[in-house]
Amino acid sequence: MTEKLLELSGVVKHFPVRGGSLIKRQIGSVHAVDGIDLVVHEGETLGLVGESGCGKSTTGRLAARLLEPTGGSISYRGQDISHANRRTLKPIRSEIQMIFQDPYSSLNPRHTVGSIIRGPMDINDINPPAGREARARELLEIVGLNPEHYNRFPHEFSGGQRQRIGVARALALDPKLIIADEPVSALDVSIQAQVINLLQQLQRDLGIAFLFIAHDLAVVRHFSQRVAVMYLGKVVEIADRDSLYQRPRHPYTHALLSAVPDADLEAPPRERIRLAGDVPSPIDPPSGCRFRTRCWKAQDKCATEEPPLLRLPGNRDGHLTACHFPEEPGVHGEDVVLDPALQA
Amino acid sequence: MLRFLTRRVLGALVILLIISAVTFFLFYAIPADPARLACGKVCPPETLEQARHNLGIDQPLMVQFVSWLAGIFVGRDYGGLGHCPAPCLGFSFVNRAPVFETIIDRMPVTIALTIGAAVIFLIFGVATGIVAALRQGKPLDKIASVSSLIGASVQIYFVGTLAMYFFVYQIQVFRQPKYIPITEDPLGWFNGLLLPWLVLALIFTANYTRITRSTMVENLNEDYVRTARAKGMSGRSVVLRFALRGALTPVITIFGVDLGTLIGGAIITETTFGLQGIGRLAVRAVDYSDLPTLMATVLLAAGAIVVMNVIVDSLYAVIDPRVRLS
Amino acid sequence: MFLEVNDLTVDFHTEDGVVHAVDGLSFEVDRGSTLGIVGESGSGKSVTNLAILGLHNPDTAKLSGSIKLDGHELLGAPQRELEKLRGNKMAMIFQDPLTSLSPFHTVGQQIAEVYRKHKGVSKSVARERAIEMLDRVGIPQPKIRVDEYPHQFSGGMRQRAMIAMALVCDPGLLIADEPTTALDVTVQAQILDLLRDLQEQTGTAIIMITHDLGVVANTAHDVLVMYAGRAVERGTMREVLREPRHPYTWGLLGSMPSLNHPVDVPLEPVRGTPPSLINVPPGCPFHPRCDYAKLLGPGVCTGERPELSPHRGHGDACYLPLKQKAELRSQHGKQPGKEAS
Ligand SMILES: Nc1ncnc2c1ncn2[C@@H]1O[C@H](COP(=O)(O)OP(=O)(O)OP(=O)(O)O)[C@@H](O)[C@H]1O
Ligand SMILES: Nc1ncnc2c1ncn2[C@@H]1O[C@H](COP(=O)(O)OP(=O)(O)OP(=O)(O)O)[C@@H](O)[C@H]1O
Ligand code: SF4
Ligand code: SF4
Ligand SMILES: [Mg+2]
Ligand SMILES: [Mg+2]
Repeated sequence: MTEKLLELSGVVKHFPVRGGSLIKRQIGSVHAVDGIDLVVHEGETLGLVGESGCGKSTTGRLAARLLEPTGGSISYRGQDISHANRRTLKPIRSEIQMIFQDPYSSLNPRHTVGSIIRGPMDINDINPPAGREARARELLEIVGLNPEHYNRFPHEFSGGQRQRIGVARALALDPKLIIADEPVSALDVSIQAQVINLLQQLQRDLGIAFLFIAHDLAVVRHFSQRVAVMYLGKVVEIADRDSLYQRPRHPYTHALLSAVPDADLEAPPRERIRLAGDVPSPIDPPSGCRFRTRCWKAQDKCATEEPPLLRLPGNRDGHLTACHFPEEPGVHGEDVVLDPALQA
Repeated sequence: MLRFLTRRVLGALVILLIISAVTFFLFYAIPADPARLACGKVCPPETLEQARHNLGIDQPLMVQFVSWLAGIFVGRDYGGLGHCPAPCLGFSFVNRAPVFETIIDRMPVTIALTIGAAVIFLIFGVATGIVAALRQGKPLDKIASVSSLIGASVQIYFVGTLAMYFFVYQIQVFRQPKYIPITEDPLGWFNGLLLPWLVLALIFTANYTRITRSTMVENLNEDYVRTARAKGMSGRSVVLRFALRGALTPVITIFGVDLGTLIGGAIITETTFGLQGIGRLAVRAVDYSDLPTLMATVLLAAGAIVVMNVIVDSLYAVIDPRVRLS
Repeated sequence: MFLEVNDLTVDFHTEDGVVHAVDGLSFEVDRGSTLGIVGESGSGKSVTNLAILGLHNPDTAKLSGSIKLDGHELLGAPQRELEKLRGNKMAMIFQDPLTSLSPFHTVGQQIAEVYRKHKGVSKSVARERAIEMLDRVGIPQPKIRVDEYPHQFSGGMRQRAMIAMALVCDPGLLIADEPTTALDVTVQAQILDLLRDLQEQTGTAIIMITHDLGVVANTAHDVLVMYAGRAVERGTMREVLREPRHPYTWGLLGSMPSLNHPVDVPLEPVRGTPPSLINVPPGCPFHPRCDYAKLLGPGVCTGERPELSPHRGHGDACYLPLKQKAELRSQHGKQPGKEAS
């Protein structure tokens, strides 16, 4: 296997919740990320899926060290950067870039496209200044925009084109790792497909590693070599793409896959699992296994003991699952319907 | 709701205590000698000493503050000068009477002036704001925005004086503003205050029209207003029950601030119209170096602002359950 | 047919010019069936459905054509009459349940007031009905929840409450405007199931607006594909998804990664971006993005506007002969060098 680029081990991020009448004091904390282990290897794409609020963006921002972890360690090429200061981080920052969800708000409307793309180069003072413009024009071309548009402003572009500008900016410093936080969620289907194809092509041509965050399982499957599933601040299952999508073991992964509406009528019918209720609050997550409040296999043990993330017997190397009573590989049982409204 | 209120009131009490301490130390720590004032123009040293003792200013400052505070609740004796029953805000040597009595005397003027004007400008401002919002871009909307611009750019002493000159002295449609207690002659009370009310309303209405209009326009585009229409609510109920409800929060914020300003700024209004309210009392207290009275009026103005804040906060909670239940 | 829309046109007069948001749109929906309307952002889906409810501002929106609900013409009907129908005979649920519910009223009040308004019942009867509806849409402890405010509900429960509110008067038509776009997949699945079950019980006609063909496949009986304010393809769900005829529908299907899509095969998106609705391209509005326009020779796709044909059943608005389409579709996206631009 290729070399480890980024490693998160036991990473925790809690956000304080303040309250109180006269004097604001901390009355609790949001367990946004609660002890996760992830590795991104050089040149590979790791997909991160999960429902809203499960901590995907927080993980992404920790990985880019835009946030400092509350606990655990983050290392980049073996160097511990968990609590590194600005100066140590500077060279690393240029190797890790981010692409954001909202192509409208992530670009400064008063700057030209050229200066937006040059921005990272100017800050890091690389390339002779004269070469920067040439490089920026080249980048515009790489992401499929017209280099002539160098002096235009973001509002003159459509949503998909703005996302391309964001991609060009991320590429400006020849990054080794790009953290893409829902890069296509705000785009229309046809535009979304254009951007996915672009990213995929860049990944192949330039060998950039990606941490690809999305809530759409089909998009993640299309783009990633390995996939991690998050639930309430924890990674509950991680595997190579085929194992995860074809032989999922964690009940939550099953539920997620079963919930995706598919337009492909020829596809073999999938089991029908309907979870009850919603995700619990990350301020006061359930004890033991966090999924137990919605899990149809939950037993007493699930409430008292937190299931460790392990390789289960019968699974491929690198396929880890955190569940006391995992689903059998491959064999799908009958429909599981937990929704009280549907049981009636 | 009850918990929310108790919390707010307790908070306000703490703030009032802090304000009174600050006011007290400001006034009593300055070098002017209240005893000399109390004692009169010709003052033999032993009388001065006696006055000092009566006033308690031979005591340490902290003790003085505590007895002043205690006076508010239980009253206080000023030696030979006289007794000041609770609530005692101090004793005026100029008036030879407890400050509280004088204030109670003047209070109705200030209250009637401000509250009366506030009722007019609130109702009128919100109503024109709603109409302007519903008639966006039409002549009525334009008239409303122009007049609100004019209103926002004039000042009380300017318009007030002009109005007095023109309406009272020249064409004489209004009579000289004058306070007649409502219990004596309700019509006279109304007539006496009408001109100041109208002038204040003219100045303040503009702001309410503008704010109501802009928040209404915003709220009429809210998703939940569209939902209300989609479920068949009538036009009027959509405007009043849904859109206006959301528009009230900023209006109440400004209203609280304005009421505080009006009471705190009573000096200008009352001087302009020659009314004998708290504002004029404060002016007189300055003229006569009547420290206890001055201090009480300052405290009262600050208190009015704090109380307004509590009321505004509570109104937020009544209007918006998200505030109440968070 | 319960709802018949004929040649509906909606124009907005704005400072920049006239926006042709909907242009000559016709469709129908019957009781007990679901019509899925798909199309990308700005294709006129919401505008069409707000027109059915009569919710456009008459000062800026100019409507023409005909909208018949249960035989009654709605277009041009006085607002008072429409008010009696909205919430009663036809209802709508929206994309974002948090902003679509009033933050100032309890969920129960919001449901009960619809019932009171249209059925003229007492407060207590309406409240009982609200509790019953909350129970029907699967909200646990409805007797307690009825007095809570929307912000105390989770996202999925809010959308359930919206559905309860929409269905409280047993409307014949329910318009769902992207009801699950703002929700998580597991919650989306719950809501789609709920809508299907409720439809089975009540026989309501549903218009399901979405940009997700997966949602269409899961809920709709019939499908209408919209592009630039026009219908470009119409048919049963199976017809449209199995044998799509219009090149734009091919593009939509080719853009959607699916759980069964072979990995390592790139997606086949439509190139370019949707047109401005102020200057809609002449002829077939899709021609600037269409790879097949050149097959028909110059002037064909840019000349007359293609109409939906055949008139009934599975139809599309494209000049390509049917036989050629079947051939082209099997090759769609397989030409080398066809990449996103
Ligand atoms: N700066 C912050 N302060 C307090 N809480 C935060 C902060 N950032 C995130 N959170 C909370 O942490 C949890 C995880 O948030 P995060 O944004 O990582 O979720 P996510 O998986 O990206 O969700 P989404 O799919 O909605 O983007 C949420 O409950 C969120 O409210
Ligand atoms: N009130 C209005 N004034 C002017 N233009 C409008 C108005 N409402 C909608 N439009 C325009 O009409 C077109 C169709 O909008 P519509 O909301 O129907 O799109 P949609 O298909 O629902 O898209 P989405 O998936 O983004 O909801 C858009 O170009 C929009 O800008
Ligand atoms: S550990 Fe228990 S509750 Fe958690 S997923 Fe496994 S079976 Fe379900
Ligand atoms: S009519 Fe012409 S441009 Fe339009 S879809 Fe058919 S081939 Fe393409
Ligand atoms: Mg996120
Ligand atoms: Mg829409």
